[in-house]
Amino acid sequence: MTLVVVETGPLTTVQDAGRPGQAEAGVGRSGACDRRSYALANRLVGNEPGAAVLEITLGGLVLSSDADVVLATTGARCAGSWPHNAPTTLRAGQPLRLGIPPGGVRTYLAVRGGITTGPVLGSRSTDVLSGLGPPIVSAGDRLPVGPPAGPMGSVDVAPVADPASGEVTVRVSPGPRRDWFPDSAWSRLVSVAYEVGSDSNRVGLRLAGPPLERAHPGELPSEGMVRGALQVPPAGGPVLMLADHPVTGGYPVIGYVDDPDVDLCAQLRPGQRVRFRA
Amino acid sequence: MRVLPSGTTSLLVELDDLDAVLALSAALRASPPVGLVDLVPAARTVLVVADVRLTSLAALEATVRRTSLLPVAEQRGELVEVPVTYGGPDLSATAERLDCSTDELVRRHTAHDWRVAFCGFAPGFAYLTSPSWPHDVPRHPSPRVRVPPGSVALAGEFSGVYPRPSPGGWQVIGQTDLAVFDVDRSPAALLRPGCRVRFVEVSR
Repeated sequence: MTLVVVETGPLTTVQDAGRPGQAEAGVGRSGACDRRSYALANRLVGNEPGAAVLEITLGGLVLSSDADVVLATTGARCAGSWPHNAPTTLRAGQPLRLGIPPGGVRTYLAVRGGITTGPVLGSRSTDVLSGLGPPIVSAGDRLPVGPPAGPMGSVDVAPVADPASGEVTVRVSPGPRRDWFPDSAWSRLVSVAYEVGSDSNRVGLRLAGPPLERAHPGELPSEGMVRGALQVPPAGGPVLMLADHPVTGGYPVIGYVDDPDVDLCAQLRPGQRVRFRA
Repeated sequence: MRVLPSGTTSLLVELDDLDAVLALSAALRASPPVGLVDLVPAARTVLVVADVRLTSLAALEATVRRTSLLPVAEQRGELVEVPVTYGGPDLSATAERLDCSTDELVRRHTAHDWRVAFCGFAPGFAYLTSPSWPHDVPRHPSPRVRVPPGSVALAGEFSGVYPRPSPGGWQVIGQTDLAVFDVDRSPAALLRPGCRVRFVEVSR
């Protein structure tokens, strides 16, 4: 079975659970940015947990299938008539059109059987930083679909909230270089709202807000990090690392967003505000 | 050893020097703790990433603190020979900066085994160190836009091989045909932390 891509919107990629265990060789984890929505999409269509899906950024995807197929979308709810958080059959030859989501950024589209594009280093995820994985999805692509792995779930509609459109609060804890910053900088980080910049992507969210001055001058030898790191470059606001972050970084990490809350951050739009609660 | 907080899924272990980094990561690699997902050695730190469904960070920290470091001399890393055609764009300028002839620079680069300290910058890009390499080589003030794959280069106390075309500020002193990173090979990265590396001159 094959899905035929007609239009992709601003950015559509194939994503799965990524490439854990290879950071030592300089290979980042990558994978779905909002892991919770990704996992739900696979559950709804009866896929194995690590099956590959489409991650659609700000909607705009149009595709069709050469056979009847069960699909489910999760994450950002796209405008249009397609049911969300609910497994639904797309008839052969009928177009699926996903409009622009009024809230959230990333929509996950799981197909029963999973997308079976050839894996690279054990994963079908496109890492936009390192370039590993399948190319970014483009119009005219034909995406192969595998055989169903298990029975369908019994869920008609998953009762999950849509990504918030207003200010979002996430939990944060001090990071490895908290002591490179004065107490006043930490107090500011956990009391003011930061605005998500338009130059944010799968690598990270660039945040605008009051600067976080350092107590400790000098250079930091590069060190390993995971998603959720709040890295503070010398100029500008902090950068919140997402799925395609570099394996190591040379700017001090003042804090970390709790891992489950990074999924909420992956749905923040440019201009949206986020608060960090200690 | 200082264990620094690093979010809800990892710990950052800070050590005295690169030898201690090599020693701790070799020991953890030899007997991986339960729930270990990733190890990221760097110049002074080892990031230990956990699957927190399988272990707690407190349990992992206790294991790391109990781990006896494996001295570099006792680490038996795989030996990788890298055939090099010396003569890159920066060979003579680098020799001049180190106050020796290009022949002498090549001799010093090939005389002793190097060891992969850690990877970073790009998939498969290994930072190689050698106790017998005394030099500290400055980077280009502004990086080249494109360094070809297989470029053998120097920067700081490190040597490295560019796995694929990329921008780069290291001093390029040679070229190898060896594919140090190939996603269709297992393992994809030829130069992994702990591996020993010997540069062998092919011709000039």
